[in-house]
Formats: sequence, structure tokens, C-alpha cells
Amino acid sequence: MKKYLSFFRLKFSMGLQYRAAALAGVITQFAWGAMKILMFCAFYKEDPSAFPMSLEATVNYVWLEQSTIALFMAWLMENEIFESIVSGNVAYELCRPINIYDMWFVRSMGNRYAKALLRCFPILFIAVCMPSPYGLTLPNNLEVWGLFSISMVMSSMVMIALCMIVYMSCFYTISSTGIRMIAMGVFEFFQGSIIPIPFFPEEMARVMEFLPFGSLQNVPFRIYSGDIKGMQILESMGVQLFWIVVLIIIGKFMCARAMRKICVQGG
Amino acid sequence: MITKKSIPAWQDMKKYYYQEEANMIRVEHVCKTYKVSKRDAGFMSACKALFHKEYEEVKALEDVSFTIDEGEMVGYIGPNGAGKSSTIKILSGILVPESGKCEINGCVPWKQRMKHVKNIGVVFGQRSQLWWDVPVIDSFELLRDIYSISEADYRNQLEELTTLLNLSEILKTPTRQLSLGQRMRCEIAASLLHQPKILFLDEPTIGLDAVSKLAVRNFIKQMNKVHKTTVILTTHDMQDIEALTNRIILIGKGKILMDGTIEDIKGTHENMDEAVATLYKNYDI
Repeated sequence: MKKYLSFFRLKFSMGLQYRAAALAGVITQFAWGAMKILMFCAFYKEDPSAFPMSLEATVNYVWLEQSTIALFMAWLMENEIFESIVSGNVAYELCRPINIYDMWFVRSMGNRYAKALLRCFPILFIAVCMPSPYGLTLPNNLEVWGLFSISMVMSSMVMIALCMIVYMSCFYTISSTGIRMIAMGVFEFFQGSIIPIPFFPEEMARVMEFLPFGSLQNVPFRIYSGDIKGMQILESMGVQLFWIVVLIIIGKFMCARAMRKICVQGG
Repeated sequence: MITKKSIPAWQDMKKYYYQEEANMIRVEHVCKTYKVSKRDAGFMSACKALFHKEYEEVKALEDVSFTIDEGEMVGYIGPNGAGKSSTIKILSGILVPESGKCEINGCVPWKQRMKHVKNIGVVFGQRSQLWWDVPVIDSFELLRDIYSISEADYRNQLEELTTLLNLSEILKTPTRQLSLGQRMRCEIAASLLHQPKILFLDEPTIGLDAVSKLAVRNFIKQMNKVHKTTVILTTHDMQDIEALTNRIILIGKGKILMDGTIEDIKGTHENMDEAVATLYKNYDI
């Protein structure tokens, strides 16, 4: 266990190392969030009843999404992993007494958590200070905070498990670019980072909620703003748990198969 | 009743009677083929390859067998593409051969990977195992945790490696700011932190200047002498071979062509490079 913890620690401390990148990230995400909120406000002014989520819930959704973008963005996959597979540097990692899947999993976790922690607080702080209806509101219910936190951790696990499948698929292709491009588009669209999932036509939204991508930011953000309530919360979190298990099993299977057929390129 | 187990020295006797049991590394009839996609030059054949890809099987290793004893230093030479790296990768448990047997220190590398890799250290001269963005010492500490090395063992080993390889001044520098020679010394130290019984060196002196080369060679010699580390060395640098090993295995086109001493190879030639070039020519590899 300790070895995996050290991977997490090393990657985490590396993630904290890039201050300028973090600052740039905070500014970008803040500007992007503000723009999105202004856009939604304009739509809501026309007819608030035409929307499936209250304006407050939508604004909260946008601020949470922008502040924790490091957890849910597909483009934040680790280049080092892709490079090591394509260039064959992975050879070194294969001659360690360590499980490749587990190692990359905790490593991705360290990377994403460090980046998210470094970026989220400034954005959240400013968002809370913003006047209504543009600001982030805080739920006054401890239960919601608790469920929100648990669901956040679970959705980040779903994200990493999905990314692991993308990494593993690189063992089977020569270049990772294509798969990454597809993954980026699919993840972003289906997890509701362009517009939240409830904004889609009803039947489509129903289906999307049950896809693995529906278990990403969709669940915790909507728990936070009270859009999902009561039994629905447990149901959604159950789906999250289901996907964590299934995706990890698929990833591990792909990993084991790749290890048997591996062919290290060059030299 | 007398059973095998009731004879205490049974294991030793077995070793005595079946001499091969004592070998550190035993490779028997190992074969490995790669699939290589091929097509003719030009646009038309590129289009044709869209619909029908042609593969050719390339035999990287064909019936390779050898044994190496504990504490031996062996040079593994051959021209580019002869199968040297493939052998090292099979021995270190990365590649799985199609057929053949291989036993290292009692383990089959690709079957008991976790147990096997604890006993081996690997240096791929053309790749890096150190983390690019953090000080070298951070990479070392990660390795300490990966191999579950106790704090006391780690300190001792680190101290020994630091003195022998002269690392004290570069341990706190991030890997990206090291010169090639400095980096290679750190790479070698990194693969010895867990005190492996066997060390695979795949072109460890590639691109190094004279001073670094000498330092690396002396260090390897020292390690072999003090810790009885079994060393397998692949290189194109014949001076490395002359300085370090006595036994040489020559491989060409996936087959073992010769297994002998430096004198065998040198023959009447003055210079090792010439001798090897003539050998390559004679064997048509």
C-alpha cells in the first residue's frame, strides 16, 4: 500500500509545483465561468419556467464545474503515460514489483487532486463573494455537504477509471492522438460540461444519466444545488459505484491482456 | 519411512547432482517473433495497404540457450537488431517468448513477475527511469517505497552508491538539469538501490564521455566484486567489454553464434573492434 501512497504523494507535490500554470488556470476558468453564467442569465430572463433547473442551481453548477475542472476534464490526461507507452519507456515500469494499473490510477489521482485543490479555492472564494444571482450559494444542510463530498470523490474515481481505459487502449494502437481526441469530445459532451444533462431532451437525458459519463460531474453538482433530492441521490450514487467497479474491471482486464501481448518499441 | 523431505541435505544433493540447478540464469530454446507491417514505397501501395495490410514475421530470437552462474559478468554482443534487447526484455520479464524455458534465480520471469523483479536491476541506456521534474533524491525515495526497502538498508545503500558514483552534489538537482553523464550515474544508482542479485545493463555507456565511462565501468566492477552481483551487459563499445567481462556471448540474427572468452574472439587481431567486425562478416550478420 505504501508504494502506491508514495506515487500519490510524489505526483501531488509535483502538481503543486507549477504556480504560474495554476494562476493562469484560475483566471481562465473564472472568465469562462462568468461568460457562461451571463449567457444562462440572458436565457433565463426570457422565460425562467422553460428551464429544467433553477437559475441558482445552474449558476452553482457552472461555478463548481469551473473550479474543479481539473477533476473532470478529459484533456487533463497524463502525457507522461502516453509517452511512456508509445516510446517504450514503460519498460522500466514493467520491471518494478508494482501493479501498473494501480500505479497509474493513484498517480492520476494525485495529479488531478493537486491541480484541483490549487485552483478551486480562489475561484470558489470569488464566486461566493459575487452578488446574487451571479454568485455561488452555499447549501445550509450538513447532509448535502456530506453527500456532495462523497459523490465528488466517487465521480473523480469514475473519471480516472475512464482515463485508464484510454491509457490502456494505447497499448493496442501506435498513436494515442485519435483516441484522445474522441475521448475529449465524448467525455465533455456526455458528462454535461457544455450544457448540464437535464437541459437535454428528456429521453436523451434519462439515457445519459445512466452512461458512465453521467456519473461524472453531473451527480455531485446537482446534489449540491438540490436538483437531485432524497432517494434520487442514493440511486445516482449507486450508479456511480456501479460504474467505478465495472470500469476498473474493464481497465484491469485490458491491462492484463496488454501485458501478455506487449511489444516494446525501439531499441 | 524415508521421504525426500526427511533427508536434510536433499536440496544440496540435488544441486550437486543436477549441476544446472545452481545456475543463476538458465535460458533454454527461447524463441520470439515480431510482426512487422511492410509495404512498397509510393502512394499506390499506401492505398493498397489501407485495405490489405501485409505483415512479415521477423524472428527476433531463434532457439536461444545459455546459462550464467552467480557472480559472473557476461558481455552480450551482436550487431544492431540481433536480438540483444529482446533477450534482456525477456530476462527482465517484460516480454513473453513464444516458446522455450527460462529460469532466473528460481523464477520464470514472465510468470512470477513481481517476485522476479525484486531480484533484478535494469538499466536501459537509452531510456530514463528518473522523474524528469523532481530532484533525483525524490525518485530514489519513490524507488525505496516501491521496493519496500527498509530505512536502514536504504541509507546504507544510498551512502555506498553516493560515494562510489560521486553523487553527493547532484542528488538534489532535478533530473532535467543533469548532464547525460550525471544522469547515467544516477540511473545506475537507481537500479541498484534494492540490492538486486542480477543487473542487466543495456548499453549503459552510450553517449558518455571518457571520464564518465571509466567511472561507470569501475563502479560496475566494484559492485560485482563486493556484492557478487551477476551482470549481463549489452553494448557496442568493445572497450566496455574488455574492461568488464571475460565471457562473451555473440548473437546474430536471433541465434547464439559463439559463447567464449575475449581471447577466443580476439584471436590474432590487435584490436577488439576489428576482431568483432571480422566476426560479424564471417558469420554474415
